[in-house]
Amino acid sequence: MSLSRKTCLVGVYEHPTRFAPDKSQFQIAAESIRGALDDCGLTIKDVDGLAMAGTGIGPMGIIGFCDYLNLNPNYVDGTQIGGSSFVAHTAHAAAAIAAGLCEVCVVAFGSTVASSRGGGAGGGGDTADQFEIPFGVTTVGAYAMIAQRHMHEYGTTSEQLAEVAVTMRLHASMNPVAKYRNPITVDDVLSSRIISSPLHLLDCCIISDGGGALVITSAERARDLKKKPVYILGTGEAMRHAGRGKRDFLDIAAAQSGKLAFERAGVTHADIDMGMIYDSFTITVVSQLENLGFCKPGEGGAFVSGGRLRFDGDFPINTDGGGLSSCHPMMRGMFLVIEATRQLRGECGPRQVRDCKIALVHGTGGALGTRHSGATLILSNQ
Amino acid sequence: MPDQKEKKYLKPLPHIDEETRPWWEALQRHELYIQKCRACGELRFHPRAQCTECLSPRTEWVRCSGRGKIYTFTTTYQNPLPGFRESLPYIMAWVELDEGVKMLTNVVECRPEEVKIGMPVEVVYEDVTPQVTLANFRPAR
Repeated sequence: MSLSRKTCLVGVYEHPTRFAPDKSQFQIAAESIRGALDDCGLTIKDVDGLAMAGTGIGPMGIIGFCDYLNLNPNYVDGTQIGGSSFVAHTAHAAAAIAAGLCEVCVVAFGSTVASSRGGGAGGGGDTADQFEIPFGVTTVGAYAMIAQRHMHEYGTTSEQLAEVAVTMRLHASMNPVAKYRNPITVDDVLSSRIISSPLHLLDCCIISDGGGALVITSAERARDLKKKPVYILGTGEAMRHAGRGKRDFLDIAAAQSGKLAFERAGVTHADIDMGMIYDSFTITVVSQLENLGFCKPGEGGAFVSGGRLRFDGDFPINTDGGGLSSCHPMMRGMFLVIEATRQLRGECGPRQVRDCKIALVHGTGGALGTRHSGATLILSNQ
Repeated sequence: MPDQKEKKYLKPLPHIDEETRPWWEALQRHELYIQKCRACGELRFHPRAQCTECLSPRTEWVRCSGRGKIYTFTTTYQNPLPGFRESLPYIMAWVELDEGVKMLTNVVECRPEEVKIGMPVEVVYEDVTPQVTLANFRPAR
């Protein structure tokens, strides 16, 4: 059964906060839901499905949130696979709606990870932790080891990685709610201090508060809503880990989830007008672009150079400024889907990608250098 | 009375469970093992109660040479966790053992400017508490 174009994103909302010591994560999620419902003209009474993950809530947090908002949904999804969770929630909602499990599903997120200084997406308790935490694994360190291996195998340079950060900052300068908006140069990135070699401070995402929400419904129901629907064409999910000690660390989840999404969407790479590609670190972008098949393994460094990723370049990505400059409350998948939807609606003002008809969203959760999830969506306004 | 002079170990300790205890106990004897499936013969690390390839619980332990090569590494300059913040910078690496599996570790007795991918390394045991020994690696001698 093909799910292509049976369901669509009809409402999105990005919470403008980047620091909210006065709010709870549930409050940010609830405010985001209000915004996303206003965006499409539906009310909370229309919602019969809920998906949620968070930085400071456990796997059962969704029950508490239903209590908080007095929701009694017919369909719930508390999938927690790190930052890519909301991309996966969107895919699951599409399947649930197509299967008749619910009609209007909200995907919600609220986080106070910056102001409360607590809670990660991880949650611990997994067997592999005991073989890693004694050695001082940090999130940056795990990605840095991917970067080191990439440089070793392919000759990728710190200058090439820096290009990603520079482009994201340019995009952030055109996004009024982005956290860091002053332009930076490759030299700025290279002269920022090393956090975990070879990654510099400016190779790393920011830490902010934030939140957002999505409203997903059937193509039929979408017809009489406020805005032009954004159709879900194809989805894919995957996991990568140490693979009993045998893994090639440059083979990441995106290779599997991307292939599935392209097959299910029935489109090719040449059809993609823009990408929302998880940028927890500069190397994350390079590795994902290769594994999604936008360039060959080893060509990612050259691919991201020369302004190709700019909103007016050959392959625009992360036009909101990304996790490197706009917003990264430990989990960023929500913002990937929101900005892709805004681009496909033509709502992005100075950073709007011209003739944007098909967008690809890819999220990574966890850590590329240890174990992680990947989730891909292909979306279209037609 | 506890020995006041005993130096407190600040880094996080592994949460050892029944599934992995034999591996940690071998480290206390300064021996490094990986697992091999008795049904299909595949090697695996980290230890698990069953083979990831055929799900057989029939497992044997294979003693490792303790030698391998650096597969990838990073030198960490920022980590606020107690124990690590006092030992910055430190080198963390995935080492590919000669037996063919990769293991996360710290590279010790090595300066950051010396570590390289492909560098031969050998295991060196660190008894961090009476209950826990870690398998670190150093440049092969």
